[in-house]
Amino acid sequence: MCVFRRLKIRTMNAVTPQLVARDGRKLARENVESPFAISGLTVSYGGRPAVLSVDFVTPPGAMVAIIGPNGAGKSTLIKAALGIVPRLSGEVTAFGLPREKAMARIAYVPQRASVDWDFPATVIDVVMMGYYRRLGLFRFAGTRLRRSALACLERVGMAAFADRQIGQLSGGQQQRVFIARALAQEADLYIMDEPFAGVDAVTERAIIAVLKDLKAAGKTIICVHHDLGTVTEYFDHVLLINVRRVAAGPVDEVFTIDNLQETYGGRLLTAENAGGVAPASPQAL
Amino acid sequence: MGADFVMLGLVPLVVGVLTSVACALLGNFLVLRRQALIGDAVSHVVLPGIVLAYLATGTVAAGAMLLGAGAAAIAALVLIEIVRRAGRIEPGAAMGVVFTALFAAGVLLLEQTDTGKVHLDVEHALYGNLESIVWFAADGWGSLLDPAALAELPPPVPRLALALAAVIAFIALFWKELFIGTFDPGFAESVGARPGLTGFALVVMVAVVAVMAFDAVGAIIVVAMFICPAGAARLMTDRLLPQLAWSVAFATAAAVAGYMLAAYGPLWLGFASSVSAAGMIATVSGGILALACLVGPRRHRRGMQAADGGA
Amino acid sequence: MLDAFVAALFLQAGYNTALVTAGAAVLGASAGAIGAFMLLRKRSLVSDAISHATLPGLALAFIVMALATGDGRFMPGLLAGAALSAGLGLVAVEWITRRTRLTEDVAIGAVLSVFFGLGIVLLTVIQAMDTGRQAGISGFLLGSTAGMLRSEAEVIAVAATLTGLAIFVLRRPLTLVCFDQEYAATQGVNVRATDLATMALVLAVTVIGLKVAGLVLIVALTILPPVAARFWTNRVERMVLIAAAIGAVAAYLGAVVSSLGPGLPTGALIVLVSFAIFLFSLVFSPLRGLLAGQMTTLALRKRVHERQGLLALARDEPIYDPLTLKVLRRAGYIRADGAATLEGRSAALAATREEALWGLYRKLFPDQALNADYHGLTPINEALPPDVVRDLEQRCNLRAA
Repeated sequence: MCVFRRLKIRTMNAVTPQLVARDGRKLARENVESPFAISGLTVSYGGRPAVLSVDFVTPPGAMVAIIGPNGAGKSTLIKAALGIVPRLSGEVTAFGLPREKAMARIAYVPQRASVDWDFPATVIDVVMMGYYRRLGLFRFAGTRLRRSALACLERVGMAAFADRQIGQLSGGQQQRVFIARALAQEADLYIMDEPFAGVDAVTERAIIAVLKDLKAAGKTIICVHHDLGTVTEYFDHVLLINVRRVAAGPVDEVFTIDNLQETYGGRLLTAENAGGVAPASPQAL
Repeated sequence: MGADFVMLGLVPLVVGVLTSVACALLGNFLVLRRQALIGDAVSHVVLPGIVLAYLATGTVAAGAMLLGAGAAAIAALVLIEIVRRAGRIEPGAAMGVVFTALFAAGVLLLEQTDTGKVHLDVEHALYGNLESIVWFAADGWGSLLDPAALAELPPPVPRLALALAAVIAFIALFWKELFIGTFDPGFAESVGARPGLTGFALVVMVAVVAVMAFDAVGAIIVVAMFICPAGAARLMTDRLLPQLAWSVAFATAAAVAGYMLAAYGPLWLGFASSVSAAGMIATVSGGILALACLVGPRRHRRGMQAADGGA
Repeated sequence: MLDAFVAALFLQAGYNTALVTAGAAVLGASAGAIGAFMLLRKRSLVSDAISHATLPGLALAFIVMALATGDGRFMPGLLAGAALSAGLGLVAVEWITRRTRLTEDVAIGAVLSVFFGLGIVLLTVIQAMDTGRQAGISGFLLGSTAGMLRSEAEVIAVAATLTGLAIFVLRRPLTLVCFDQEYAATQGVNVRATDLATMALVLAVTVIGLKVAGLVLIVALTILPPVAARFWTNRVERMVLIAAAIGAVAAYLGAVVSSLGPGLPTGALIVLVSFAIFLFSLVFSPLRGLLAGQMTTLALRKRVHERQGLLALARDEPIYDPLTLKVLRRAGYIRADGAATLEGRSAALAATREEALWGLYRKLFPDQALNADYHGLTPINEALPPDVVRDLEQRCNLRAA
């Protein structure tokens, strides 16, 4: 039964599963509603697949967790979908447009550890980067944008730190600065890479409050997430991947022992009873 | 310091300062992007460039030399990128592979060519000859206001002034792109700030400045000018614009003090001849960097707590 | 010319040439081996700082000896001076990287250029000196074996052999530290001391090689052979051996060719031979080479598109992707107008079946599937034993019924 259940889920979520439409307009027309539709996305690293033929259609207004073990291609999937790393096959559309035409409506939050926090910049400098697209070439931000950058910092409780050098911040504060930068972009879709990795409890609460606000305002959020213990609490949709897509859909349908076992392997769930909530950190095992 | 100084000393001094400042400004970004050694790689391949230019044109005219060196530098950058990506080799090793091979090719070509009659030797390309730039038309400070004398300014002066202007324009126009792309390339890509293109434009500017400068100060000293003032400035402040300002100040100080020490230092000590000005400028800039390493207010690494996370 | 080449190749071209050639080969092997350790620790360009930092020491030693004895060209003295200032440069690189926020590339660049600058200042001092015969020094810039004294050749051959022996003796701790510092420490290896030893050996190779290759090019001997060797193996021990072999061959050939006449500088020839070997490795290595990599990537792309296309056929979905269409058409699975052929139908069925079997396998044996990296593109009959496949088929049929 499982094979067919899986196929059924696929057809429910991806309008046209396994379809590769390099002709992005076609995929776009079929997924006008979706803020982010991925079809047949494959990324190779040195001749080996890092992400293999992944389909996923994000429902509007969803809060999606992308979960999977280390090295399962979670970050690679979103980087390839955003055009930051090259892909071998596949098509991506956003808001019924080819992805590259809709980038103004997408805010990307990279992994905190991917940048050098010893960089000579202040907190407000980083938030102002969010206005790049609005400014374009050869124009500089004025006091009006500075005020709205401060407002974004206010929303994550970091306004008092505006003129701090970013190296003086704690990990959680750095993450909140990144979130503020994404807020400055005033996007409709937020794609975040591990926003809760290594942050303190205060930050985690602050970030989740902001995300809930965004969702309430009709925005869509996709997070690479590592903490299985908070998936049901924070998110309403989930995409389980381990190079291939294992399952995708609403949390209560898809976040099951079976699917987790297929994603992480059996060892994850040996000590756990039914209920779909797994130990907090699979990486620690 | 009168007419002699204006004729013999002023122009090398000005050329030294112009080169130093142009290199230092770009150096700030190289230091932040961990590409400090790009300057090293580019300046080494100047040699095969000028040898090839000589073989192709048969002259040692400045224009041909600059074109040859520039072409070699750009070719080296492209090669480094190809070797790094195609071979999945770390950037340092990729640079080492490319610049040593090209330099070796240059040395072999040079030895195979009869260049005895012309002034085309390795040592000159490597460590330049700042002192030989003389403003013959000058006969005193008044020449600075004399259009006829100014028209006779040695070509390195306008050339490097132009290079400096180009560097300033580049940084001013693409400030946002350089800033975002250096700090967070992934994010830069996602907002359309073209970090790849910006990065390539930066190294091309580095190549242009290195090529413009090698004739006067020599290829390897250029490396000191790219790295030392910017490195020292990095230890003085936590903001980028002040860092640029510090680097300009350090570059100017190194050029002036270095030139003066080289030209007049030995005389004060009672020796008959001066020492290499370019070498001395590099030495002084190294001294400035050492001082900054010892007492610079921002010499310690920050953002360490990020590694432990707040968890 | 050919006779001379063969003679030199078999060390028959005179004692001096033979000595230089053999010495160069041993030096190349040592440089390749120690360079491999440096490459694995991502510190290749540290040797660039070391080699440029020899210049002020050389010059200073020359000045001191010239003032004391009237002749500054005594080779062991020059080498000692070079080693001293290179050691100082190395300490400066370590200190800047450790004590300040500046990164290693900045430290390397600063040290190499500033020391070189200081060296040039001292060279101009030598030029101005009465005893100023710069010839003794300029050979070190670009290297020259022509006109090398017999005593010099002997010093090089002996020192290179000793360095090679030291690397051989230390190969185990060096390998362990490259592989995993923390593990090495638990195995009783003193990581700090091993690092120091690595640096001391690089320094030795650099200083010994100065006269052969010159200080600008000696760095190539520690970079090119290891980078080329990296293409042929994923194991540390083998990589070190291959790097040593490449270094030895390149240095030997370079020295032989250079002995044939004027205008053939040894250092440049050694570097160019190494580079040729590197280029060959880059393009043709079956492990990480360009051709092999490009071919596996293309093959993967074709398999992915074919599978995606067949699954779409099986579900009667339209296909838009031009590459998918091309792959299917080439395989004869679809006609020019896009309709599926008979073969296409059966291939699509087979692909669906593969997917279903793999899916079931992943469900039933998640651990095995994950550990073995089976992503479903390998035909299941090839990857799994027949009885397992049969079992999977039965279960599948059962469920379908």
